[in-house]
Amino acid sequence: MTRRDNEFLNAGTARLEFENVMVAYNGHPILDDLSFEVPHGAQVAVVGPNGAGKSTLFKALVGLLPLRKGQIRIHGLPLGQHKDCVAYIPQREEVDWRFPVTVEEVVMMGRFNNFGWLGKPTGEDHAVVLQSMDQLGITKLAKRSIGELSGGQQQRVFLARALAQEPHILLMDEPFTGVDVSTQEATLALLDDLRTLSVTVMVSTHDLSMAAERFERILLLKRRLIAYGPREQVFTRENIGAAFGKQALILDNIVVVDHCCPDDEHEHLHDEAME
Amino acid sequence: MSWLFLPLQYAFMQRGMIAAVLVGLLCSVVGTYVVLRSMAFLGDALAHAILPGVAIAYLVGGNLLIGALIAAILVALGIGFFTRGGTVREDTAIGILFSAALALGVALISSIRSYAVDLSHIIFGNVLGVSPADLWLIAGLTVVVLLVVILLFRPLFVVSFDPVMAKTLRLPVELLRNLLLVLLALTIVVSLQTVGIGLVAAMLVTPGATAYLLTRRLVPMMVIAALIGVVSSIVGLYLSYYLNIVSGSAIVLVATAFFLVAFFFAPQKGWAWQRLHAQRR
Repeated sequence: MTRRDNEFLNAGTARLEFENVMVAYNGHPILDDLSFEVPHGAQVAVVGPNGAGKSTLFKALVGLLPLRKGQIRIHGLPLGQHKDCVAYIPQREEVDWRFPVTVEEVVMMGRFNNFGWLGKPTGEDHAVVLQSMDQLGITKLAKRSIGELSGGQQQRVFLARALAQEPHILLMDEPFTGVDVSTQEATLALLDDLRTLSVTVMVSTHDLSMAAERFERILLLKRRLIAYGPREQVFTRENIGAAFGKQALILDNIVVVDHCCPDDEHEHLHDEAME
Repeated sequence: MSWLFLPLQYAFMQRGMIAAVLVGLLCSVVGTYVVLRSMAFLGDALAHAILPGVAIAYLVGGNLLIGALIAAILVALGIGFFTRGGTVREDTAIGILFSAALALGVALISSIRSYAVDLSHIIFGNVLGVSPADLWLIAGLTVVVLLVVILLFRPLFVVSFDPVMAKTLRLPVELLRNLLLVLLALTIVVSLQTVGIGLVAAMLVTPGATAYLLTRRLVPMMVIAALIGVVSSIVGLYLSYYLNIVSGSAIVLVATAFFLVAFFFAPQKGWAWQRLHAQRR
């Protein structure tokens, strides 16, 4: 961690706040009346049915979608004041895998704000890139182009890039979907490392049991905030019913949730993100 | 070897050769981004949209290249303006502005009687008619555009590969996009003399697409594309001299030949390679 990070830690203001946030797309509100706080270094799983606004939440947080109402504050300051403290790992479909770029070059992009528009990567940048690739076990792939990699390897490249950014807040959109078990393990191991580095993490996932097992805080979303807190408080019969409706089958002690429906939320957000 | 130097004894041929090489170089480098960002339609549209600028310059007796330049930049920025915030899709905005500009150009031209010869030069290029003043303008613009592309290589790289990340890094994504449009407009205007507006798109896309088949990294892709662009221009110009065909067509046909060879025989991405690989399995 750099010295600047420590100053933030010592100031004790390192946290993420949503206050009455409303995000709309083409005039239709997707998220409304959203207020919550994430303490410094916490790890939050964002769960909810398809179209609940999980991706929208992240996109608003990184400034990809404008806020209609309310405010998001990072370290007590509104969005846009921080250059590189939020890292975002997009869903796989949002990346152009045919682009002629090597693994090392992608990870180096994480250092962009360190060397700037006209500068060259310094020795420190190269060291951080190497260390990030090492941590995700992709050092051997450094010179390969990203299009040749397997889905799991591709995800590790983006995890390594996020790590190289040395972020205060890391956002991962569905990192457990469509990847092999070893990549899931690598992602979870990275979450453990990030915990020791006090990086605040928000992860969206379809996997409710993964969310319950691996995350101390759960944010249950369906256009609005249904529940937020420790899993015992969030995963109640009422909350699951409110979020998933008919997709959830609730028997005496069992909750079954059906996630098969097409996710139209990403469909129409795609253009905006790729513009 | 005399066949090689024979054409170059004429001053107009020398100027034509220098202009063709510069245009081949510039188109290929800028074209790399055109290929990677799927901007081929935009490039073609911009090329046609400069017609009213040329017509107005002709009517007021000004420099045709400068008229083209102003029109191209206006249309490029207009497309950026209409698509901001996603109210109009980019291909729609391009379609509207490009046909409107083309219509305006044709309307202006139809009011001039003696225009036919110059018009055909603009559409098909006239590399042998490059004046010393034109050559200076072409050289100047080439240097400026290449300098910007080299100096801003890193931000352009990030914003082209991953606009989402570029935004999270707080890079001025809109500004960089408009800058790329302006660079594209400048490139098209420079190409006017050698290949004409009808064939600019080929010079922008073909060398880049060929290089894409041969490498997996951006910088080598630009270098290979530049090489193909320059060689196509030189070979094309000789062909046009000896076979007595229009220079723009000759240049584009040579570039297309390079593309076909790469498409069929490139290692890994080529058709033959993939056929062989499929059989071995």
